[in-house]
Amino acid sequence: MLRWASHSLILLLAAPILLGTLIASLPAFGYFPPLGSTEFSLAAWRDLFEVPGLTRSVLISLISGVLTPLIALILVFLYLASATGSKLDLWIRRLVSPLLSFPHAAAAFGLAFLIAPSGLLSRILSPGLTGWERPPDLLIVNDTWGLSLLFGLIIKEVPFLLLMSLAALPQLQTKQRVEVARTLGYRPTVAWLKVIAPSLYPLIRLPVIAVIVFASATVDVALILGPTLPPTLSVRVLAWFNDADLNLRFLAAAGALLQLGTSMLAIAIWLVLEKLAAILWKFWLGTGNRDRGENLASAIGRSAMPAVLIVVAGSLLALLINAFAGVWRFPSAVPTDWTIQHWLNSLANLATPLFNTIVISVSSTLLALLLVIATLESERLSGNKKSTAIWLLYLPLLVPQLVFLFGFIVMTEFAGWQPNMSLVIFGHLLFVLPYVFLSFSEAYRQLDPRWSQVASTLGASQFKSFWRIRIPLLLAPCLTAVAIGMAISISLFLPTQLLGAGRITTITSEAVSLTSGASRNLISVWAIVQLSLPMLGFMAALFIPKLVWRNRRGMQETR
Amino acid sequence: MSDSVLKLNNVCISLDDKRLLEIDCSVGPGEILTVMGPSGSGKSSLLAYIAGFLAPAFTPSGSVLINGNDICALPAERRRIGLLFQDPLLFPHLSVGGNLRFAIAENTKDKKRLIQQGLVEIGLAGFDNRDSGTLSGGQASRVALLRLLLSSPSAVLLDEPFSKLDTQLRQEIRTLVFDKLRASGLPTILVTHDEADATAAGGEIHTLS
Repeated sequence: MLRWASHSLILLLAAPILLGTLIASLPAFGYFPPLGSTEFSLAAWRDLFEVPGLTRSVLISLISGVLTPLIALILVFLYLASATGSKLDLWIRRLVSPLLSFPHAAAAFGLAFLIAPSGLLSRILSPGLTGWERPPDLLIVNDTWGLSLLFGLIIKEVPFLLLMSLAALPQLQTKQRVEVARTLGYRPTVAWLKVIAPSLYPLIRLPVIAVIVFASATVDVALILGPTLPPTLSVRVLAWFNDADLNLRFLAAAGALLQLGTSMLAIAIWLVLEKLAAILWKFWLGTGNRDRGENLASAIGRSAMPAVLIVVAGSLLALLINAFAGVWRFPSAVPTDWTIQHWLNSLANLATPLFNTIVISVSSTLLALLLVIATLESERLSGNKKSTAIWLLYLPLLVPQLVFLFGFIVMTEFAGWQPNMSLVIFGHLLFVLPYVFLSFSEAYRQLDPRWSQVASTLGASQFKSFWRIRIPLLLAPCLTAVAIGMAISISLFLPTQLLGAGRITTITSEAVSLTSGASRNLISVWAIVQLSLPMLGFMAALFIPKLVWRNRRGMQETR
Repeated sequence: MSDSVLKLNNVCISLDDKRLLEIDCSVGPGEILTVMGPSGSGKSSLLAYIAGFLAPAFTPSGSVLINGNDICALPAERRRIGLLFQDPLLFPHLSVGGNLRFAIAENTKDKKRLIQQGLVEIGLAGFDNRDSGTLSGGQASRVALLRLLLSSPSAVLLDEPFSKLDTQLRQEIRTLVFDKLRASGLPTILVTHDEADATAAGGEIHTLS
């Protein structure tokens, strides 16, 4: 039964993604019976390459796909090299999980309202520092080269890569190795970069590649912050897909394949960069240089994280002010009056999406948790043999969402299924699973096996020792995994949009659709609702164990 | 009072075709067999084999009998083999009473009285509702012993259970454990590094090489 569960977990993840990608390519070559086309042709590709501005769209996707992980990784490594063990570090470590729970779309809106020409930052600086009496005519958000998109992605991916690094670092005996290097005369930051960075990178390589794929193919962040004339490839593909003219489906399919190619190209460029970095490091290690670069690296590293935090805090502030702002003329730093009217206006519209969001996130997360626990239990009972197919768990993060979801839709259309709630929940499950697995598996595997052995010697059945011993002992990491799973589900845009065919709305899908045309005030209300939901989840995950175990000293230390 | 006999019938454990240990012996009611040997001689593997936790990498042969019945095919929870580890391993999310209740067979009558009586016998009367995380090392060891006894095992394994206690406490707990096990008539196998443990156990000594 448990073995079956672990196999089905892998099948459940791999099959729709591989099949979806494959099937997405059929309409690209003209084959799509639901629209009456049963002959293969290259017409869709000819149309695609005649689309104006296509090269630029691809280029922007490529640039954000390569630069986002590059800059985020440099910042994270310099930070870890210069600040590990400092007071700043303790603070950052506490903040990294809540930072990560900030949904992409809400963060993007906040950033837009912070840095736009009439945004919070420009209001604070005006007219005193800038002399602006009216918003300057600058294209900051939605700039042609996608710089604000890049900025928004970096802000979100830095906490992700930091968390992944923090999870991997304990395996590396960081403290001792840096100390050895320091006794050999290396300055601390240089020491970390020379002796830890080369062994840390391979451990976080998969998450880095997930960042490349996400950054090169994101839809929601690109809709909010990305360029518009022309937009990124992913945004254009979605537009073709949603177009009332069904013949654009063929174009959309070809575009989706081009998106896959673009993401793959970004990965290929990254692999070349890896080789270059390896050569560079080898040379640098060989020079035996002990202090060159120390001050610069340390200065960047120590200011990078506070800078990210300040931007996130500023974005949050911009959302809060906008959500309650009445009259707010430029260049006043704060509104002249405050109002809750925006909230009252949204209230009626919030109910259905809120209900859907909760149903979808709770069901997909609980399903994921069930599958993950079954897999881990079967792994435990089979003598802790890790399944070799476990890497398939990462598949939903390594193939652009747009591509396989598109194929998935094509599949449902072949089958004649209507878009419905269970399809959306299944789509969410694909993305929730890897995160629930990543966050829960370490705690589960590290639980001292003697707890279960004691329970067995006392005559407890496997069932009893699971419910009465393992689950209570793992309550805290289990709730954290649930909070992470729900946060991921709440922030998903594309699976809801595509599998629900726009008929099933969530807070996120509604918030993103407000991008075109709604007022900043209204968008801020939705963004705040969107980001409070995961926040509530994380707070519950933190406080429930504290409350339940308030009289149990042995359960207080962090497990 | 148990009258069980624990018999190890030509037990041999190997790892990658290398023989780790061989033992053939019988432990009568209330007797304590001491197994000594250097690290890596397979002491812990022997206990894991008897209790039913031997990792699949090891290849065992021979059989383990309790009162003539082979228990090797049974899962750990049905072997009725009690085990004391180096650490008391009281479940941190349960109270002292909760830990004890966990060990008592489900259809036992008057569990509360059994627990209270047991606590009196180990000198911890009234500790029923105490948080197990707040006990001293000695108190925790006593509760672990009582928990084991309340599960009514047929035989007991001791995996260096005194090695983490300081000298004075070690003597006290050792005496308590041995007295209780003898009084209950349980056949016991003790694995230890400590000569003093072996002397106090008073039974046969089997040395692994």
